Amino acid sequence: MSFLSIQDLTVRLRGKAPILRRVSIDVAAGEVRALVGESGAGKSMIGKSVLGTLPQALGITGGRIILDGEDLEQLSPRARRQRIGAKVALIPQDPLTALNPSRRVGPQITNRLVDILGWSRKAAEARALELLAEVHIPDPARVMRAYPHELSGGMRQRILIASAFAAEPKLIIADEPTTALDVTVQKQILRLIAEMQQRHGTALLFVTHDLGVVSKVCQTMSVLYSGMVVEDTNVREFFASPGHPYSAALLAATPKYTDPDGSLTPVPETVIRAVEEEVAAFDREMEGAA
Amino acid sequence: MQILRRMIARLAATAVTLVGVAVIVFVVIRVVPGNPIAMMLPPGATDADIQRLQELYGLDKSIPEQFLIWAGGVLQGDFGTSISLRQPVSELVLGRLPATLELSVMALAIAVVLGGGMALTATLYRGTRVEGAIDVTGGMALSVPDFLWGLVLILLFGVLWPLFHISGRISPSLGFEFQSNFYLWESFVRLRFDVWTDIVAHMFMPALALAIPLAAIISQLLKQSLKETMHLDYVTLARTKGYSETSIITREALPNAILPTLTLVGVQFTFLIGGTVIVERLFSYEGLGNMAIDAVINRDLPLIQGIVILFALIFTVVNLVVDMTYAALNPRLRHA
Ligand SMILES: Nc1ncnc2c1ncn2[C@@H]1O[C@H](COP(=O)(O)OP(=O)(O)OP(=O)(O)O)[C@@H](O)[C@H]1O
Ligand SMILES: [Mg+2]
Repeated sequence: MSFLSIQDLTVRLRGKAPILRRVSIDVAAGEVRALVGESGAGKSMIGKSVLGTLPQALGITGGRIILDGEDLEQLSPRARRQRIGAKVALIPQDPLTALNPSRRVGPQITNRLVDILGWSRKAAEARALELLAEVHIPDPARVMRAYPHELSGGMRQRILIASAFAAEPKLIIADEPTTALDVTVQKQILRLIAEMQQRHGTALLFVTHDLGVVSKVCQTMSVLYSGMVVEDTNVREFFASPGHPYSAALLAATPKYTDPDGSLTPVPETVIRAVEEEVAAFDREMEGAA
Repeated sequence: MQILRRMIARLAATAVTLVGVAVIVFVVIRVVPGNPIAMMLPPGATDADIQRLQELYGLDKSIPEQFLIWAGGVLQGDFGTSISLRQPVSELVLGRLPATLELSVMALAIAVVLGGGMALTATLYRGTRVEGAIDVTGGMALSVPDFLWGLVLILLFGVLWPLFHISGRISPSLGFEFQSNFYLWESFVRLRFDVWTDIVAHMFMPALALAIPLAAIISQLLKQSLKETMHLDYVTLARTKGYSETSIITREALPNAILPTLTLVGVQFTFLIGGTVIVERLFSYEGLGNMAIDAVINRDLPLIQGIVILFALIFTVVNLVVDMTYAALNPRLRHA
């Protein structure tokens, strides 16, 4: 039984245009699954559907999200929030905007533990200090008292990672956690996430554009095009022989680590047209079924 | 250190502003037609009588000379003597100041509670009819000035449904001996809640009239600012931690959304204090504003000067307080 099981999830814009088309994704306990696809494919919306933070204009119109055996949509809003708060955490994309500028760092790490999970303040602070040390932050006690604007982007992302792991969630959703950072810092942060994931055995849903990252960090992956999962495979197989023409084209369009400046093949027109046709056929089928 | 230097710069600027205000008012009220002496003498007084009194109040000298004499007195704390009331201006003005301060602060408190409550409610129910209703109410509140709200309130709660007193500051029948002019404050700390209630019943309508337009401004501004803040990443992150919508708004969004509102509330509060002039008159409330109108009618030059200087001083102090609060609330400024 998977820890997270998304089944036939359909999300629409104001009840009309589909943004996610019957997406099914499973993440087992401790599994690291990549979610790849070009910009606008709907990767972030999958994470937001689980976390309950979809934009107001979007709504779930079909399918189920089963978390730890519970159908989230069947729960009361309050119960849903508490399950998510206790079992799932988010590592956001932009560390510069993901910390509250008017609050010190410490309370931003401990608040979930104290307010939602009922820890004592003392225990939560000890835990936060421990985690800050674990994400290699020098002088954690000073950082706890700092305001976000006093810290670098890399430091802030480390803090957000520490905060995500603080309550020992079973699943972490990381939505492009390095794209907003300096290239030099990106690698460190990536290594840190991988290291933390292994140590804590947390399942990870890793949203990314970067197939190089996928090959290093992830075990399984879902390829998304226009809100539709076109391939669900394990990473080794994907790199050996992608199962869908779009996946193959995506792989060909990615710079090789062995040859980063080598010439790239953009995704060919014919492949795009074929996958667009697939999406259109899918939509017709959905309309017919509705 | 930084803050101290900024404060000193502000105080210097304040002094320059006050001198400027003093000069302008001094000249303007002497250039406009109307003779204070003629106003106070009975009809049939001779030119010689007028001449004698003009000399007594120094009004026969040139304007620059008069100004120097007045400024010299001010530096020693002497703001001159009221022509119409024949008492020292400083005594008169300071005696009335507490009434106006209490009224203004009460109005501000009402405006903050009303406006803040409206903004928070509209944010909690954004995109629903509740938000629409609050927007419409705010628009209406803003399109009517404070003194007209005063008239509306008099009709509603003074005439149709007489819940509150429509004139004065306290019922004379109470016969309570005050030691200060801060009636509301004093009756409260001396635990005379019967007196306190009577004072509130007198103040409530003028304070509400002054508060309504400001409440609408606070509501619209804070709501807008909250709306923008609610989309920010740290708010979304807090949502994934399991917080309810109400705590997201009050704990995460509000402390940041409040800053832009605060600056404007400072400016608007000075307008509110300006509004007391007419509203106090309307409710026969014995404050500075009411006294200012009498002073103008009587062309009581020293009194007008005193009141205007005091208003200018209040405005600058309010702005200073707002600036300091802003710095205290904003960690980025505090450490800069
Ligand atoms: N607030 C919104 N209102 C309406 N449509 C939206 C909104 N936010 C996103 N969308 C649409 O949802 C689709 C999926 O967006 P999503 O953010 O999930 O893409 P993504 O795969 O995460 O892309 P990226 O790699 O750029 O982050 C896009 O086509 C986008 O236009
Ligand atoms: Mg995205």
